[in-house]
Amino acid sequence: MSDRDQTFAKVAQAIEPFNRKQVALGDATTFAGDLEWDSLTVMDFVAAVEDEFDIIITMNMQAEIETVGQLVDAVEKLRA
Amino acid sequence: MSEAATTPDDVRLGDDGAAPAGDLFSKFDALIAERQALLDTGVRDPFAIVMEKVTSPTEAIISGRKTILLGTYNYMGMTFDPEVVAAGKRALDEYGSGTTGSRVLNGTYQGHREVEQALKDFYGTSSAMVFSTGYQANLGVISTLAGKGDYIILDADSHASIYDGCWLGNAEVVRFRHNSVEDLDKRLGRLPKAAGKLVILEGVYSMLGDIAPLREMVAVAKKHGAMILCDEAHGMGFFGAHGRGVFEEAGVSDDIDFVVGTFSKSVGTVGGFCVSNHPKFEVLRLVCRPYVFTASLPPSVVATAAASIRKLMHATDKRAHLWKNSRRLHQGLRDLGFRLGTETAQSAIIAVIFPDQETAVGMWQALLELGLYVNMARPPATPAGMFLLRCSLCAEHSDEQVGEILTMFAQAGRAVGCIA
Repeated sequence: MSDRDQTFAKVAQAIEPFNRKQVALGDATTFAGDLEWDSLTVMDFVAAVEDEFDIIITMNMQAEIETVGQLVDAVEKLRA
Repeated sequence: MSEAATTPDDVRLGDDGAAPAGDLFSKFDALIAERQALLDTGVRDPFAIVMEKVTSPTEAIISGRKTILLGTYNYMGMTFDPEVVAAGKRALDEYGSGTTGSRVLNGTYQGHREVEQALKDFYGTSSAMVFSTGYQANLGVISTLAGKGDYIILDADSHASIYDGCWLGNAEVVRFRHNSVEDLDKRLGRLPKAAGKLVILEGVYSMLGDIAPLREMVAVAKKHGAMILCDEAHGMGFFGAHGRGVFEEAGVSDDIDFVVGTFSKSVGTVGGFCVSNHPKFEVLRLVCRPYVFTASLPPSVVATAAASIRKLMHATDKRAHLWKNSRRLHQGLRDLGFRLGTETAQSAIIAVIFPDQETAVGMWQALLELGLYVNMARPPATPAGMFLLRCSLCAEHSDEQVGEILTMFAQAGRAVGCIA
C-alpha cells in the first residue's frame, strides 16, 4: 500500500461516521454534492482529520477542496 | 455565528414561476421555495416584522397591538433615556443631519472626538476608533490587523461580521470548536511559531446567550504568543464592575489587545468601535478600508452614543435589575418545561430551543398574537442547526412585565403543544 493509499484509507475512515447515505468513496467523491454535507458537518469532519494527522487545514484551504481526492492530496502535502 | 438573515417582503419569479436562463437569482430558488412553503401554512413571516410605533424600550405597537419587546438588544434600555435623546436633538440642531463624508476627510466633527473620548474613559484605554456600524468595526479591524502570512484563530460560532472580516483580509483562517479551550490550545500549537497570530473571541455568544471561558482562553492564547481581539457586542454595559464586558468580569483586561463593540445594543443607537492600548493603534485610521471608505456617523448619533456611554459607566442599579430579570426568566421558563440554550442564566439572552422549524414558528406566532415579540433564529444562523426563539431582556423590563412574559410563554407553549 502506497503512502497515498494509506492516507486515503485514513481519510475514508474519518468520513465514515459522517457518511449517512453510505456513499462509495473514491477520489472524485464530492463533499457537498455526493456526501451532501452542510457546513457544520464539514467543520466536525475537518477537526477529525486535523487531529488524526496532527495538521491544520485552514478555511482558505478548505474552500479549494471539493473532492475526497483533493483532500487526500492536501493532507499528503501538509504532512510532507 | 451569523445573525438570522432578513428576507424581503415579497419575492416574485417570472409569470410562469420559472426563472429565465442565466438568471443569477436561480441559486436562491430553494430558499424562496422553502420560505413560500412556510408562509403557505398560514404563519406570519418571522423576518418581516414592522414596528408601527415604539412607545418605550420594552413596548411597541405591532399589527395594531401593544406588544412587549423581548427580542431587541436594548439591554440597558437607553433608547428613550431623556438625557440621551436631548443630546441627539441638540446635535441635530447644531450640526445638521449628517456629515456627508469620511472620517478622514470632512466627516470628523467635534461629536466624533467626544464619543471616542467617552469610549476611552469607559474602557480606560489610550485609543478608541469609531466605525459606522459594529459590523464594519469587525470587518475593518480584523482584515487590517491580520495580513498575508498571519493566522486568525476564531471560535466556530463567531458572528458573521468576524467571518466576513476574515474573508476581506488575506490571513490564513483557522476555526476551533465553540468555547473549547483544549481545541484552541491544540490548534494554536500546530501553527508556525514565528507567524503573527490573532485569536478572536466573543464575550457573549448571541445565539445561545452563553459566555466564553475567557480566563482560560486568554491564558492559552498568550502562551502561544497570539494577540487577542474580544468582541463584547453583547457584553458591554452588563458585565464587569464598569460594565466593560465579560473580559472585565473574567479579570483579563490587561491581556486583551483589542476590544470591539457596538452602539446598537446596550448603548442604544448605531455605530461600532474598537478600543486598545496598543501604542501604534492610531495608524489604523489611515489603513483600514471600512473606516476610510465610508461616511461617518451623523452628529446626532454620536451625540446620543456619547451621552449613553457616560451614563452606562454608573449604571450599577440597571445591571443588577437586568441580572434579576435574566435569572427569573431563565428559572421560570425551565420550570415551565422549556429546553433552554444554557443550564443557568449566563447573560441577558435566553434561548429557547425547539425540535423543528414548524414548532418554533408556531410558538413564535402564538407569542406574537398574545402580545410578545421574540426573535426567531434558524440554521445557518444557529449553532448545530437548532431552531431557537431568543429572548433578550432589558433593564427596563419591569417585574410585572417579566411575570406577563412567563404567563404568555406558558399559554403559547401549551397551545402549540411543546410543554405539558
